[in-house]
Amino acid sequence: MTSVTDPPQGSFRLSMLINDTRYRSYTFQFIALVLLIGFMAYLGINLVSNLAAQGLNISFGFLGDPAGYDINQTVVEYDSQSSHLRAAVVGIINTLIVAFLACVTATIFGVIAGVLRLSNNWVVRKLMAFYVEIFRNIPVLIWIIIIFSIMTVSMPAPRDFRGDDATAGMLFDAFAFTNRGVYSPAPVIDGASGWIVIGVFIASIIGIFAYRRYATKKLYDTGQLLPMLWPSVALFFVPVILAYFILGRPITLDYPSLQGFNFQGGLHLRGSLIALWFALAIYTGAFIAENVRAGIQAISKGQTEAAASLGLRPGRIMNLVILPQALRVIIPPLISQYLNITKNSSLAIAVGYMDVTSTLGGITLNQTGRAIECILLLMLFYLTISLLISAVMNVYNNSVKLKER
Amino acid sequence: MKKTAFYGALTVAGFAASMASAATLDDVKERGTLNCGVTTGLIGFASPDANGVWDGFDVGVCRAVAAAVLGDPNAVEFVPTTGKTRFTALASGEIDMLARNTTWTFSRDVDLKFEFVGINYYDGQGFIAPRDLGVSSAKELDGATVCIQTGTTTELNLADYFRANNISYEPVPIETNAEGQQQYLAGACDVYTTDASGLAATRAAFENPQDHIILPEIISKEPLGPLVRHGDNDWGDVVRWTLNALIAAEELGVTSANIEELAAAPTGNPEINRLLGTEGELGAMLGLEADWAKNAIAAGGNYGELFERNIGENTPIGLARGLNAQWTDGGLLYTPPFR
Repeated sequence: MTSVTDPPQGSFRLSMLINDTRYRSYTFQFIALVLLIGFMAYLGINLVSNLAAQGLNISFGFLGDPAGYDINQTVVEYDSQSSHLRAAVVGIINTLIVAFLACVTATIFGVIAGVLRLSNNWVVRKLMAFYVEIFRNIPVLIWIIIIFSIMTVSMPAPRDFRGDDATAGMLFDAFAFTNRGVYSPAPVIDGASGWIVIGVFIASIIGIFAYRRYATKKLYDTGQLLPMLWPSVALFFVPVILAYFILGRPITLDYPSLQGFNFQGGLHLRGSLIALWFALAIYTGAFIAENVRAGIQAISKGQTEAAASLGLRPGRIMNLVILPQALRVIIPPLISQYLNITKNSSLAIAVGYMDVTSTLGGITLNQTGRAIECILLLMLFYLTISLLISAVMNVYNNSVKLKER
Repeated sequence: MKKTAFYGALTVAGFAASMASAATLDDVKERGTLNCGVTTGLIGFASPDANGVWDGFDVGVCRAVAAAVLGDPNAVEFVPTTGKTRFTALASGEIDMLARNTTWTFSRDVDLKFEFVGINYYDGQGFIAPRDLGVSSAKELDGATVCIQTGTTTELNLADYFRANNISYEPVPIETNAEGQQQYLAGACDVYTTDASGLAATRAAFENPQDHIILPEIISKEPLGPLVRHGDNDWGDVVRWTLNALIAAEELGVTSANIEELAAAPTGNPEINRLLGTEGELGAMLGLEADWAKNAIAAGGNYGELFERNIGENTPIGLARGLNAQWTDGGLLYTPPFR
């Protein structure tokens, strides 16, 4: 159908704002904008006047006052005399920790489940379909609570580890699985030589990537296929082990041990963190699996057949032909899933994990009564972090998307 | 996400809600029911029974106010609130008064703009521990894991107490009393802390209450009382003097058993006469009927009757009157005179 445009007219008349298709859309957009601004202004004025009528005001001064409460999981230094602002920072870090862990784990679950859903093996295929349908169709809050309750009820309490007739024991004398979480040995870095070992380790990881890039380049340039696996493994282990022993074993392990009421020492992964992390990972993993499946199925079957006819093995076909093309379909919805994980982590309070919603939006809000200020700060935080994740993932998306020549 | 969305909606609701009317008394009369904020369920203080009828010590205060204002103790809409939602519910006008064992503190009274109308229970924060843990004092709790209801004064008291005694602990924040009970019984925390009255009520719900001891330390003052919004003094007076009427009734020997007889005609005691409206104009001064206090007392009995029936020594909760006895019996209950 051809679109009909109005014949050009001489001068501008007011009625053209409605009748002329060139201006009509602007007119309506302008009206909508004015209405929107008016509505926002009404809400704002209403808020300010009602607050004034109740003798309240918007003030962020409370952020500098001592918080007065304790937080169990603190990465940065914090005690009950620290300020509300610091409590919020502790919460922000805890949010980022669980969001990061859950994003990584969900991606691993999702990619594995998504690829296996297309397996030729009937049992594997159906198992993965079962996983996806079960986990994405039950609300994540329920999963968080289920996992937390199972941990609390079925795992032994620390006091069960005590005495000669202990009903529970530690795994390898290093790991303790209790209903308060998992205690594991923690590495203790001993002075400068310890950091050198870590530096060597990071350098060898960079080395692995450099080697693989070199090998790929060589393959493309000369067609010569260098071995990939064993040099990577060697690079990963040999330098760091050598450095570790040459420098006199500067990194030791701090083992948890039962002292008083609890295990002391080592690394304590609290039950609340594990429940939240695991629930977010398996729940979002089910969505990511579907994204991955969609991405792979978007690649026409001809690609697989063409690659197979060239003599590539199935694993190579997936890694070299299908996934690189599928990624540009997978990445955009994957961004949404990462944002969902970050926002869903605010359900932490259900299991008492002290994320930013629990500290700033929970206890601080409650103790100071500064509801509007706290919620505004929370909104600002989640908005900022979501936009940041989006920005980073968009950069990545641009790097994998189809480059047209 | 859902929670954030909820708070977002709450904020928008805050933007949009028109100012809660200053004349709460008129609103309640017009509506015909009293919206009263209570706990989500704490046996003895406020919990619904098998038929869904709310009962308890705090509920008794709500019913007395409803009886005083509306003449009907059942004209109450109970709104369950958590430690976190209670103040928002009151400030936004969703509830007319809050009777949810809430501690009267300076900042709540002054900074949060609420009006505590009195104290209906003098409490203090304590600890409950399993007997086989072998702990006899809170000072032995170094390194213990402590379950605590988040958003309450207990959280701050706990931090102060452990800091003052220079011992460490691991807080496990929980949302409701029921959740705390579950965590504590599963051994996910060594001790549970809340107001001593709440501990007694919680322990009463355990399968084997005798296996748990309440540690002797009371680490804070927790005067619990009903509260209303700041700035509506007429309504504040109604709730304050209803509570005082319950306390005065016990002091004057007015009970639900003899109230009809005492209110039928002026008695020899002028203070009883003024209280029950057979003499003077006290009801009219509050903007209520002359028999307001009679209705309030008849609703659930006087303070002592409410106490004995809900949380007293003959109930599973088994709290002694202690500080909550009348001043004439060595307690702290002391109402200003009705004149």
